[in-house]
Amino acid sequence: MSSDTSAHSQSQGIAPSKPPFWRNPRVHALFYQVVLLIGVFVFFGYIFHNTVVNLENQGITTGFGFLDQEAGFGIIQSLIAYTPASTYARTFAVGLLNTVLVSVVGIFLATIVGLIVGLARLSKNWLISRLAAVYIETFRNIPLLLQILFWYFAVLQALPSPRQSFSLGEVAFLNIRGIYLPEPVFESGFGVVFAAIALAVVIVAALAKWAHRRRMQTGQSFHTVWTSLAVLIALPGLAFAVMGAPLGWSLPSLQGFNFTGGITVIPELAALVIALTIYTASSIAEIVRSGILSVSHGQTEAASSLGLSTGKITRLVVLPQAMRVVIPPLTSQYLNLMKNSSLATAIGYPDLVNVFAGTTLNQTGQAVVIIAMTMSVYLTISLLISFFMNWYNRRSAFVEQ
Amino acid sequence: MKGMKALAAGTAIVVATFAGTVYAGETFDNVKAQGFVQCGVNTGLPGFSNIDDNGDWKGLDVDVCRAVAAAMFGDASKVKYTPLNAKERFTALQSGEIDVLSRNTTWTLSRDGSLGINFTGVTYYDGQGFLVKKSLGVKSAKDLGGASVCVQSGTTTELNLADYFRSQNLKFTPVTYDNADATAKAFDAGRCDALTSDQSQLYALRILLKDPSGSVVLPDVISKEPLGPSVRQGDDDWFNLVKWSLFAMVNGEDLGITSENIDDMKKNGSDKPDVKRFLGETGEFGKMLGVSDDWAYNIVKQVGNYGESFERNVGSGSNLKIERGLNALWSNGGLQYAPPVR
Ligand SMILES: N[C@@H](CCC(=O)N[C@@H](CS)C(=O)NCC(=O)O)C(=O)O
Repeated sequence: MSSDTSAHSQSQGIAPSKPPFWRNPRVHALFYQVVLLIGVFVFFGYIFHNTVVNLENQGITTGFGFLDQEAGFGIIQSLIAYTPASTYARTFAVGLLNTVLVSVVGIFLATIVGLIVGLARLSKNWLISRLAAVYIETFRNIPLLLQILFWYFAVLQALPSPRQSFSLGEVAFLNIRGIYLPEPVFESGFGVVFAAIALAVVIVAALAKWAHRRRMQTGQSFHTVWTSLAVLIALPGLAFAVMGAPLGWSLPSLQGFNFTGGITVIPELAALVIALTIYTASSIAEIVRSGILSVSHGQTEAASSLGLSTGKITRLVVLPQAMRVVIPPLTSQYLNLMKNSSLATAIGYPDLVNVFAGTTLNQTGQAVVIIAMTMSVYLTISLLISFFMNWYNRRSAFVEQ
Repeated sequence: MKGMKALAAGTAIVVATFAGTVYAGETFDNVKAQGFVQCGVNTGLPGFSNIDDNGDWKGLDVDVCRAVAAAMFGDASKVKYTPLNAKERFTALQSGEIDVLSRNTTWTLSRDGSLGINFTGVTYYDGQGFLVKKSLGVKSAKDLGGASVCVQSGTTTELNLADYFRSQNLKFTPVTYDNADATAKAFDAGRCDALTSDQSQLYALRILLKDPSGSVVLPDVISKEPLGPSVRQGDDDWFNLVKWSLFAMVNGEDLGITSENIDDMKKNGSDKPDVKRFLGETGEFGKMLGVSDDWAYNIVKQVGNYGESFERNVGSGSNLKIERGLNALWSNGGLQYAPPVR
């Protein structure tokens, strides 16, 4: 704006007399901003008001009041205590946490699988690279919903009944009702072990920093990985032994209709995670590949002429530079995965959309409030993921020389 | 801050001035003008609403829609069907996508009171039951402690299930799907030990299983499920017409008028005053509802009376073979009873 003004006055070539304030472009701009803002306010205010009035005329009262009413229905999986006597607010929290659970696990696994497949795709081994290509082209091109239905109905519902479960040493079981794993039970004294773990982590972090500084200064490398591993195992191990092994296991066992005890991974969760992972990994693999290909060949050549091993070249030279190209599209894959997790309803996984925007909406009729709340959740999670990835990107940003 | 306040005030004023209010009192006129009834039905429930081999909608719930069309247009086929699952149904009615919901829907206080809808009557008195595999050896619902139970979400069924196990002090795992197909499939595969739904629907679902004879319906009935049509609140004329269309079917049976003998009765002139009123020969009962006076004649002639519709769709004339039971006329020891046409 300001450069505009000066250009304008210069071209006139005479000493500018101060124009009246309403002709000041800054004031103009401000004026239009305010008008736009008022317009937006009025628009949304109108819509909001109209909605409330119309709902009232239809005999529906809106508000958040319903949130502390009893939900009355059961939910198959909840990370926090939940019974049919809990409130709708609790239902919301249960659904939200279930959404976060699939998203976090899915993002974690998809990243690992995607990285492996992406690297495999670039492998000099013809077979491996072909296999990776087939994987990518297959799973990227089949609609996700079909994949979810496939894993759930065709694969996991073909498993045997609880009485005929596959068993792994009688401690872990697999059947149509889910995967049953032994659950660690921390006895008194395990706090010391936790403290030892925390201490080990701190030591490792300090070690890594020191090793990095030393390498920068003296060029000497240090076996950080192996030393860290040793510290991470030895310290907690020692604490564990000293405290007299304060850890028990709750084993799943067949009682009546179902297995009880241990940790249960319901097939609805398993199918959703598998499908989301495989589907998203196929896109991540392509992102990884293009990221790596974007690192100029000169960089690799320079690194290898310095005598670095192939593994080190990938880890120290190629991947850090590829990251720059990889992170923005990777972020959108993470966002997609999170949003795609709402397909959960198709197989009855109790995510936010299923139990809150679905069942709760249906029981209470509070469409406007519930949909608004649900949308805000997705928006918030999306923004959090974006912020985190942007922060990470900026931190690891690297200028190619 | 001051600016913000002014802005808010301005917004409030503008809003208060411009916000038009929409009154939903025009359903009756809209339906009349568009020439057909928009009816929400089940996506596929044998006996209640289901597409037959010829591609026509058939069933007890479907017959209610046809009766309304017969009353309004003198033509039972003037219906546009919208198949809905349990979760979608109320939103479809509230939003005006359909004008009447006739989809095995239980009349409850919260639905009547908070969803902006009104129930118009009861087409079928039902109750909730359980279906289990014979091989489990379960004899009563009380033996189901610790079981996994397949159920459809967005239903009273889901709520009753939780209530029942709570009151019996038993544990259970709900395995919930949003459509009947997935629910039946999961039960078939063994994902759950029992499947629960309204009893009438259990029989319908059982036909869909791979091996229907391998499963039994338990004798326990754990709830009251009066199923009936509902309409959006705000148009009493429309509410009345839908209500009386069902009443006409029940009254028809009560008066012994069937789709077969109705023309005879009309031609030969019945001397019973209530039959004359029903057939539109005396009084102006149709006009009071805003339709022609032969409205009830058209319903029974084209759709049949309640008993005919029942037997044809879910009773002896169908493969569900459900007894009249609670759905017999009041005069036969059942609960079906309609206010008189007079
Ligand atoms: N009467 C109950 C249950 C109605 C209901 O949706 N039943 C299920 C269980 S069989 C059904 O009809 N599903 C068929 C479908 O959605 O296709 C209610 O109004 O909530």
